[in-house]
Amino acid sequence: MAKLIRNERIASDNWQSLDADTARWVAVREDGFVPDFPEDADLIAPLALLRARGGDLLERSGRTGVLLEPNDDPAALAGVLERLALVAVRFPKYSDGRGYSSARLLRERYGFRGELRAVGDVLRDQVLFMKRCGFDAFALREDQDASGALAALGELGEQYQASYDEPQPLFRRRLAQAAAA
Amino acid sequence: MIFHFIPLRHNAGRLDLPLLAMYQYDEIDQRLVDERVAQFRDQTRRFLAGALPEDEFKALRLRNGLYIQKYAPMLRVAIPYGMLSSTQLRKLAHIARTYDKGYGHFSTRQNLQFNWPRLEDVPEILAELATVQMHAIQTSGNCVRNITTDHFAGIAPDEVVNPLVWCEILRQWSTFHPEFTYLPRKFKIAVSGSPADRAATAVHDIGLVAFRKSGSEYAYSDPNDVGFRVLVGGGLGRTPIVGHEIREFLPWPHLLTYLEAILRVYNRHGRRDNIHKARIKILVKERGIDEFRGEVEAEWTHLKDGPATLTADEVRRVASRFTWPQYEPLPREDVLVAAYAKANREFAAWQRRNVHPHRVQGYAAVTLSLKKTGVPPGDLTAEQMDTVADLAERYCFGELRVTHEQNVVLADVRIRDLPALWWEAKRLGLATPNVGLLTNIISCPGGDFCSLANARSIPVAEAIQRRFDDLDFVFDIGELDLNISGCMNACGHHHVGHIGILGVDKNGAEWYQLEIGGHQGGVGGVPAGLGKVIGPSFSAAEVPDAIERLIEVYLERRDSDAERFIDVVHRIGVAPFKERVYGKADQERAHRERQLAVA
Repeated sequence: MAKLIRNERIASDNWQSLDADTARWVAVREDGFVPDFPEDADLIAPLALLRARGGDLLERSGRTGVLLEPNDDPAALAGVLERLALVAVRFPKYSDGRGYSSARLLRERYGFRGELRAVGDVLRDQVLFMKRCGFDAFALREDQDASGALAALGELGEQYQASYDEPQPLFRRRLAQAAAA
Repeated sequence: MIFHFIPLRHNAGRLDLPLLAMYQYDEIDQRLVDERVAQFRDQTRRFLAGALPEDEFKALRLRNGLYIQKYAPMLRVAIPYGMLSSTQLRKLAHIARTYDKGYGHFSTRQNLQFNWPRLEDVPEILAELATVQMHAIQTSGNCVRNITTDHFAGIAPDEVVNPLVWCEILRQWSTFHPEFTYLPRKFKIAVSGSPADRAATAVHDIGLVAFRKSGSEYAYSDPNDVGFRVLVGGGLGRTPIVGHEIREFLPWPHLLTYLEAILRVYNRHGRRDNIHKARIKILVKERGIDEFRGEVEAEWTHLKDGPATLTADEVRRVASRFTWPQYEPLPREDVLVAAYAKANREFAAWQRRNVHPHRVQGYAAVTLSLKKTGVPPGDLTAEQMDTVADLAERYCFGELRVTHEQNVVLADVRIRDLPALWWEAKRLGLATPNVGLLTNIISCPGGDFCSLANARSIPVAEAIQRRFDDLDFVFDIGELDLNISGCMNACGHHHVGHIGILGVDKNGAEWYQLEIGGHQGGVGGVPAGLGKVIGPSFSAAEVPDAIERLIEVYLERRDSDAERFIDVVHRIGVAPFKERVYGKADQERAHRERQLAVA
């Protein structure tokens, strides 16, 4: 089981991923049978599954999350985002930086306030900038050291730019400080 | 509001600030580079302990300027927008001596490269750099690289906006930008504040040409008056393209939000499937500039006027972190210097080629040429660094600049000091009067050092310098940019040389392709143009002959010595040059190539 950091703590993960099973959940058998989703489970569905069976997923008592691939447009979630408890953004390779933009769009443009989870090739040396872009949960790659990743979140104490976790760029904070002094 | 402090402001009497036109870190800037050193020290430790795989360490070390090269690691130190103090140069000399083989190499991107550091020592080198407000942050990797500018920024008489303050604002914005640290490919930004565009903005991923709408007055106050012409998608490398104008005028408060919009569109949609198609120029080309502009504008509507919008207070604050030279009131001309130039032909030649006009009366900018024949272009020994640091201190407020032509500029020299400075530079071998001339060759390190290179560059540069060793002849040929790259990554900017030489690999042998007609600006008001290949390639030994034939055609065909090589190429086209160079040799070559193909 992947190690999870949530809100800067090592956490347990109660979410189930439907990742590999889109076809099974969408398939309709000859007799018209459509499989039910587990009623109480917290489920993460790929975007295609959410599109196909969003109603069934969202009307359960369990919580629903969605998995975005790097080329999925966060705009696709605009109407449904407030009913989602979690959005997972997949990094197929740590060097693929599209997920950083997806995160900022989800947080800053579409106002998502639920859990934003980085999944896939998530390594300790990238979590700090992921956090700055709006991720608050990290499903670390199997071989990663969770306490190292926690430490990495504090490696650089300041930042020049405006970002999700610090919406005021440093220059505005510097000026405010100078004005207050 | 006035962003320029010449000669209104200086920090004389404040011992903590040296007298030079440079940005001084505040506590936060310093803490950030210190924390970065600690971070990299830990990453290196984990790598050496086997806890961090090679591939994952690679991405991290590149973002600290560290390559693993042919023979040893190479460390690329950032010289933000080319500005360097004497103190910093002495530190670089110390590093060259302590951790390297006693020299450094100035690159075409206003950086300095050490070719022989030990991996284990790099965290310590970075710690040394941090003590003089230097770093190697983002000098490589798929992120926003060192911002470059005009090496005469702040002092050029034709300058309408001083780019230095904007460069520093961009340096801070791009440093550790969390969203844009894993772009599809590297990203280079250049800023110019002069119509002459000595920063070659048109061949950068983003080129910013600062100007004011109301004319050329130096100080300004209205946000809608000063702004940037924004170019996007230019670049050299294997697909050379001149950048497209994406915005005719961007008012300065919107600089950062607009760049974020461009970078975000690129980060999300730039190609990641093929490293050779991953630069923004390919995205712009595939979509077309109009569609790309539309996407950027759509993104920008969400970012415009947000917190990253620049304020006059911030621009003023950054400007005030710069120390500006305190110029003395001096006469325009110096009669003694003029008399000396009449009497000393060698000095006069140097003054004509290596001394440049300054916006402040009685001052001049001086290029110290690192292009002496027999010395690899851009190389400086530790001893030379120390002496150049001394020269800068005694003649130029302790400030120097590194140019993309791989020379060093002392930008604020009193005209009356020129003869004395010339003597000292000459003694050091830094007074070759060849700036702008054929022997001022721009060259990448090439196959002697670089693992990407197909061919060596430095011996070819030297062979050409030796062929054209008659200085009077080189003067007669006049302005000519000759650029050499050892492979199509084009670090030697061969596409924008009046003559460009590209090293290619054929069946494991080194060959050289010749281009003519490229330029980095200044031909018919066009910002930059790319050269055309004249025909089949040459062996290293044949290159000087071929260059000589190109020069013959030029000398025969020019209408006067005011018409430069590049102007003649543009007037008469490539064909007459091609005929002369290939002529009979052409057939011999075709024959030889057939034989090679058969073999």
